[in-house]
Amino acid sequence: MKKNSFSFHVDLDAFTPASQEDKAYMVQMRPSSTFFKDGVKRLLKNKVATVSFIIVVFITLCALFIPMIYPYSYDQMLGVEPGKPVDASYNNLAPFEYGLTEQDKMEAGEKVFPHIFGTDEQGRDYFIRIVYGTRISLTVGFFASIIVLIIGMTIGAISGYCGGVVDLIIQRIVDIIYSLPDMLMVILLSAVLSEAIKDAIEGTVLAKIGTNIISLFVVFALLYWVSMARLIRGQILSLREQEYVLSARATGAKAGWIIRKHLIPNSISVVIISTALQIPSAIFTESYLSFLGLGVNAPMPSLGSLASAALNGLSSYPYRLVIPAIVISLIVLSLNLFGDGLRDAFDPKLNV
Amino acid sequence: MNTKTLFYILKRLLLAIVTVWVVITVTFFVTRAVPGGPFMSEKALTAEAQAALEAKYGLDKPVGEQYVTYLKDIVTEFDFGPSLKQRGRTVTEVIMDGMGVSIKLGLIAAFSALAIGIVLGSIAALRRNKFIDKVIMVITTAFVSMPSFIMGSLLLVIFAIKLAILPANGEADGGLFLPVVTLALYPMAYITRLTRSSMLDVLGQDYIRTAKAKGVSGLKIIFGHALKNSLIPVITYFGPMLAYIVTGSLVVEKIFAVPGIGRAFVNSITGRDYPLIMGTTIVLAVLIVIMNLVSDILYKVVDPRITLE
Repeated sequence: MKKNSFSFHVDLDAFTPASQEDKAYMVQMRPSSTFFKDGVKRLLKNKVATVSFIIVVFITLCALFIPMIYPYSYDQMLGVEPGKPVDASYNNLAPFEYGLTEQDKMEAGEKVFPHIFGTDEQGRDYFIRIVYGTRISLTVGFFASIIVLIIGMTIGAISGYCGGVVDLIIQRIVDIIYSLPDMLMVILLSAVLSEAIKDAIEGTVLAKIGTNIISLFVVFALLYWVSMARLIRGQILSLREQEYVLSARATGAKAGWIIRKHLIPNSISVVIISTALQIPSAIFTESYLSFLGLGVNAPMPSLGSLASAALNGLSSYPYRLVIPAIVISLIVLSLNLFGDGLRDAFDPKLNV
Repeated sequence: MNTKTLFYILKRLLLAIVTVWVVITVTFFVTRAVPGGPFMSEKALTAEAQAALEAKYGLDKPVGEQYVTYLKDIVTEFDFGPSLKQRGRTVTEVIMDGMGVSIKLGLIAAFSALAIGIVLGSIAALRRNKFIDKVIMVITTAFVSMPSFIMGSLLLVIFAIKLAILPANGEADGGLFLPVVTLALYPMAYITRLTRSSMLDVLGQDYIRTAKAKGVSGLKIIFGHALKNSLIPVITYFGPMLAYIVTGSLVVEKIFAVPGIGRAFVNSITGRDYPLIMGTTIVLAVLIVIMNLVSDILYKVVDPRITLE
């Protein structure tokens, strides 16, 4: 029968019961994927990001566990034993060389753990100093990012929620801090703060961490929260105006529900990503300051201070500079690449 | 130029002035927070000598008055007071001494970074996804993630010590070559990536297709249409580039022993020469703020398509 397209007759075919085939078509073949699962899948597809992540995890695990099983400690001068004259044969050993007493021991048949990267000019095992330096650098990067996250999130949220005069004042402060030359301010503040807080923390637990590291954290807390605050404020302002928030409000959702179910899940990925990207920049700042002599207090090593110390004996022991240099570059590069991968995988606004 | 642009420039100018004032104020009060004050020295002084010193430098006056005097001296006479460790010289003299070589170093680095970066970026964009593009991108990624002090030290090891073909000391003949390369590599890599992405963006525009359809030759399209517009984002990088070169020059001048303002700054930090720290911070900060201001304004003025907030 020829169908008249202008006919008002109901097409009866549309009302026949569904066949088995039709029903099978509607069956859910697999559970629906969540946002998180989607993101992880996209992240794993990104080979560069996956490799970077593996490198970061590997370095972190090394920095955590090697000091526990390694026979030497980072501040142990191998040539110095109580009650004996200093054995200078331990100073400036090349990789896989041994000090005099160690050679005697080996001839006697004992096993001596090798100095993989040799020792430094005070007879300290260089490999464990590198591992410790990595540990310090990673710790500083991680905690500095957490500090930035907490302060930035609080101020950004206040600025975004309150609006009005509060927002205006906070934004002008953000503008000014943003246009300050950050590195110069960091150098100035850490140069001065470490002197100023020396007496204040004398004898407390904080003194062990060292004045320079504390002033570094203070500097981060003072200066680096601005971009995080801007980001959070922007997120809150734009999310507040979204249609789904409007519809939730129209159906009678309370503020707490909207924050829990809409605002936090939608902004969390952006926050995590920018925190992740903050870590390499903090590590970079720490090593830069250590290089200028404003980093961790001796004998504690950090990658920057190791590189800086290596400059003095550069012509004889260039590997002492090259090793920390490679480790810093590797950490910063792989954290950056992993952060980029995270952003590509988890920022739904970038999905094409 | 319309009133909106003028208003924007005024707003940015005001922000720059406030920023400079904040820098000076923070510097002043932060160094006053050091126990013993900025003129503290290692040697134990007698009470009279201490009092005489304080009277000489005006430290016996209330902090508010000191601050006003300090601010007035800087603004009207460019006077930062005497240096602590370099006896008989003022901070201004020390800064002026180092300024010449530092400006030379910075300018050569900035211009070579711009020239090489733009050329490499254009090549990468025009040969997109070809072998040469991939090589350029891999190399620039490596340069971007390497801190300047690492780069400088590695160059020093390779070219001055292992190969011994270039001088390690910045004061020798041709001694500025390695410092310039160290300073220029990061901005060069950054500009390359910036030019590449903006060039790719421009090449996809309608007016390029129109020019192609009208039969304009390839070279003419690149130099007449594409390059000009793809350089606009590069302008925004002028400010950050200068900030990078300034902070980078601190370590580079330390590594290569260049007698510039950066080395004076680093030495003043290790020697706790507070007046010099304050003076150098303020001078460098003003430099960076001005450059940021110029590049921001230039960016808005150059491209009429950009709307002002």
